[in-house]
Amino acid sequence: CPSLELSFSSLAELPEMHQMMRQTCRDYADRELAPIAGKLDKEHLFPAQQVHELGSMGVMAVEVPEELGGAGMDYLAYALAVEEISRGCGSTGCVVSVNNSLYIGPILKFGTQEQKEQWITPFTTGEKVGCFALSEPGNGSDAGAASTSARQEGDEWVLNGTKAWITNSWDASAVVVFASTDKSLKHKGISAFLVPMPHPGLSLGKKEDKLGIRATSTANIILDDCRIPLGNMLGSPGAGFKIAMQTLDSGRIGIASQALGIAQAALDCAADYAHKRTAFGAPIGKLQAVQFKLADMAVAVESARLLTWKAAMLKDAKKPFTKEAAMAKLAASEAATFCSHQSIQVLGGMGYVTDMPAERHYRDARITEIYEGTSEIQRLVIAGQLLKENAP
Amino acid sequence: MSRVLVGVKRVIDYAVKVRVKPDHSGVVTDGVKHSMNPFCEIAVEEAVKLKEKKLFKEVVAVSCGPAQATETIRTALAMGCDRGIHVEVTGKDYESLGPLQVSKIFAALAKKEEASLVILGKQAIDDDCNQTGQMTAALLDWPQGTFASEVEIEGDKVKVVREIDGGLETIKINMPAVVTADLRLNTPRYATLPNIMKAKKKKIANMKPADLGVDIVSRLEVLRVDEPPTRLAGVKVETVDDLVAKLKESGTI
Repeated sequence: CPSLELSFSSLAELPEMHQMMRQTCRDYADRELAPIAGKLDKEHLFPAQQVHELGSMGVMAVEVPEELGGAGMDYLAYALAVEEISRGCGSTGCVVSVNNSLYIGPILKFGTQEQKEQWITPFTTGEKVGCFALSEPGNGSDAGAASTSARQEGDEWVLNGTKAWITNSWDASAVVVFASTDKSLKHKGISAFLVPMPHPGLSLGKKEDKLGIRATSTANIILDDCRIPLGNMLGSPGAGFKIAMQTLDSGRIGIASQALGIAQAALDCAADYAHKRTAFGAPIGKLQAVQFKLADMAVAVESARLLTWKAAMLKDAKKPFTKEAAMAKLAASEAATFCSHQSIQVLGGMGYVTDMPAERHYRDARITEIYEGTSEIQRLVIAGQLLKENAP
Repeated sequence: MSRVLVGVKRVIDYAVKVRVKPDHSGVVTDGVKHSMNPFCEIAVEEAVKLKEKKLFKEVVAVSCGPAQATETIRTALAMGCDRGIHVEVTGKDYESLGPLQVSKIFAALAKKEEASLVILGKQAIDDDCNQTGQMTAALLDWPQGTFASEVEIEGDKVKVVREIDGGLETIKINMPAVVTADLRLNTPRYATLPNIMKAKKKKIANMKPADLGVDIVSRLEVLRVDEPPTRLAGVKVETVDDLVAKLKESGTI
């Protein structure tokens, strides 16, 4: 993708191309996603048609080069896209983020040309989505303790184990799986593998009944003597943990963007209601208590947004961005839960019923503080980077 | 030359609540969200579809206005137009720019670009004039197919199904011709991300009305702009007889 000389002024006003791209995603979210988001949530429906349409717009593979079928844009553009899509529907934003950052991301960075053509190109059109399997029933934050195993048998890898909490699992056509070839090496024994779905030896657990992002499917992936060709290893042996961590670094910017979209939707809902609802003879927007809430919500969203954009711009400039990405994810997810909480408060009783989207934003926001690194892990990452910078 | 000219107008976004300026000279436009006129989007979509069917070689998007008009042209390019022409009109000239001047500009460009077809939106959502297409055709002495809900090219003729009060009217007109797009003509595509990237490289030529020999002095003066009167509450009646009595009472019937 063309390298954009993004400067400090870009934080104040985005370049024209990014503005256009943000507008087209916003138009799509307003017209095609927001009207159906409630139904998708209520009926736990995967937005297959919308994912197709987003694929044909290039949104399912924003950073992928054009030769491989992607939009050939930068990570800032991707962050903008995920935020706008999530503002319409938090679940759809999640699907977009997982496909772009967690599935395509590692293959784009660590795959061979052949692997990219086989495992990325068909996943750019929205017809197929991928997923990412790192967590297990026994370990989430403690990723190095992965117990899923991979042993070599002739010209195949044989995978055994169970992965947990895998987003998109029931709708995916491929998965990036992390498994250990040598438990004695601990995290240095983990490698990454590409497995098509469906596939013999791979089965799915029951769909989890979640609090929010209910249009996405989340389930265990069970590997029982699942055989794949040797060429399906992604990256070099033992590089799996590093691949996972680097993938999550980028993925955090995607989740931060999803959280921003949800936070903004909650804020917009509350601000709109403040104009319309009257109490004590005037619109409630005239009351300082409501004004203070709206102001706090706006500051939370805007500051998290600038952190997110900065992390994306650092990544695009190929500078280190681990600390900033963690800060963005932490700030944005906490902004999402804060804004959606306050939004319900502004709406009062109306915020508690499904007639208004506030309750859905509240439920959708909650996961952003948990997946792709809990808020606690983000704090460890940030502190770790800070202390490294400040070491005597 | 099988070229289509499409006119696109930058207007206040349809979702914005328009407010009248305190001095009643016009509406507030500063800091207000603007976008492409919805009927112009439909016109662009139709032009791009005709080119994709290989019926035309090139689609040129034209907009008249200040510097920001290039944003609207860029959107048209991102939807698939090949190049753009920005006819620069600024300040007081822009405030008084209306259908007659714009149609003179389009007529001049249609001749200069040797266009076979000029497609415009049927009207703009800010002034609701519904005149530019008709005036452009008259100035060029070209046939016109207005309020199009269907457009089909048949050789060197255009078959247009028009939405009229009585229903649908089908006409066949010779090219070169002017067509104006109505709501049901098509559903405009979303600008895809790859096309937004490609639009960056497409050319937008810049010119002034004087370069086309067009005089844009307005013959109209806007005296005053007011908000529509606030709707008063109605009255509920129980029976049809009551309704008739009330209507007679108010002098309506």
